[in-house]
Amino acid sequence: MTALLQVLFDALSLGSLYALGALGIALIFGVMRLVNFAHGDYIAFCVFAMLWPSIDAAAIVFAGNLPTIILVPFILAVGAGLSVLSEIVVFRRFRNANPATMMIASFALGFVIKYFLLMLYSSRPKSIDLWSNLTQQIEFFGARIPPLQVITIVVTIVILIALTAFLKRTRFGLEMRAAAENFTMARMLGVRANRVIMLAFAVSGMLAAAIGLILVTQTGTVDINMGANLMLVAFVATVIGGLGSLPGAVLAGYLIGAATVIMQVVLPPDARPFRDAFVYGAVIAMLVWRPNGLFTSKATKQRV
Amino acid sequence: MSLLSVDNISVRYGQLTALRKASIKVDEGETLFVTGPNGAGKSTLLKAIAGVVTPREGFIQFAGKHIAGKAPEDIARLGFSMVPEGREVFGGLSIDENLRLGTGMRADKDQVAKDMEQIYAVFPMLKDRKDQQAGVLSGGQQQMLVIGRALMAGPKLIAIDEPSLGLAPKVIDDVYSTLIRLRDSRGLTLLIVEQSATRASLTGGRMVLMRSGEVALEGDARELVKGDALRQAYFGYGEH
Repeated sequence: MTALLQVLFDALSLGSLYALGALGIALIFGVMRLVNFAHGDYIAFCVFAMLWPSIDAAAIVFAGNLPTIILVPFILAVGAGLSVLSEIVVFRRFRNANPATMMIASFALGFVIKYFLLMLYSSRPKSIDLWSNLTQQIEFFGARIPPLQVITIVVTIVILIALTAFLKRTRFGLEMRAAAENFTMARMLGVRANRVIMLAFAVSGMLAAAIGLILVTQTGTVDINMGANLMLVAFVATVIGGLGSLPGAVLAGYLIGAATVIMQVVLPPDARPFRDAFVYGAVIAMLVWRPNGLFTSKATKQRV
Repeated sequence: MSLLSVDNISVRYGQLTALRKASIKVDEGETLFVTGPNGAGKSTLLKAIAGVVTPREGFIQFAGKHIAGKAPEDIARLGFSMVPEGREVFGGLSIDENLRLGTGMRADKDQVAKDMEQIYAVFPMLKDRKDQQAGVLSGGQQQMLVIGRALMAGPKLIAIDEPSLGLAPKVIDDVYSTLIRLRDSRGLTLLIVEQSATRASLTGGRMVLMRSGEVALEGDARELVKGDALRQAYFGYGEH
């Protein structure tokens, strides 16, 4: 029972991060068929925005010292700002390019952001103490749960509910869903392409910022590569979920989180270092079974 | 001054020339049929007006503004409402959402609710299923939905590409009788691409015949269908 509870919490909190990442990627893919590989670098950028530029090993916390109630919106705004800026400066010029070209552009942008951070902060990982009391474990029916895990899960659920409400109940949301399904037709009904795409980038950037905040609290370190691994898993999740499908991306994010945690538990100790190989093996099996992902969106079938 | 005037536009897809100096005019309140064989450039003509493809040369004026090369959303905002070939319903959106999508650009917000009621009165089967996903509708119902959707945008002109494509003859009759009813009750200006010249003559209005990207013939739909000129211009045309 205790072990089960522990696995459940671990799976849900890891899955939450993957789900948020996958959602950020799926949102952009939905409106412009772009797989944005710079997404992971947005995550790192948001975290570094809390620090004063320096190449010292010790982090000089700057914005990170702000009270939480200001810090969180500030970091979210940084994420949204960076994301929207990359749309205006880079991706807008590739709007009608083929998906492969856009993907390469996103790789390039990712490198630019990464090396920008490298110049300002050096490549050394730095430790930072942000809400570290949240990682002190508390006993819960015998399972050791850090409050951060609970917060991660709750925050993710709140974000998912808010995003669903935004997409289902507002005009912006309606336009975004329509644009994701058939952009040309949406435009012929007066939906402004630039506005919808910028909004998708803003939301996606905020999701990256949220992930950054959770990651940095969890690990206590900032590192220019901190978003890379998560981005990779999140991308895999969007593929499994069915590219362009938001519920699919979220579900697949949780599935991969669960698979990772469960493999860690059930694999024999000798095989545990190769856990990721087993997880991705399962991913391959899954894609053989359903090549278009769990949820095939109509738009993907038509246009890709 | 015409509501829409297309003046000598040419469109190319790579090596293929889809339109060669095509010109049409649509006056306010009239119905213009564009007919002609496959590959004559009918759909391209509509796409060029809607801003989906950009003409290489020529002018397009709509509601007093030059629109060639403008973005589709800007052209839609001038009051040009398009029902493209293959209908293009948003299958993942509910019927109600499909209808509401085009109302975002309207300034007369209080009129929107009234229009919605009217549309539902014209298409009661849409009202019954308004919260269902539009993807579940049959072809004929989808055609009604996209006509309703185009009307909800509050347009000055509705352009419809092949409203009868893929529909059973009985359903085509329904679509056209609805169109005629709407046209007569609301004084709509219609631009309809239709392969069947007979259908055009039954509905009434002006007609242009396109061949290989050019306007080959122009006149009253009934007169043209009665005469021999159409048959000669549109070789292979039969009764259907």
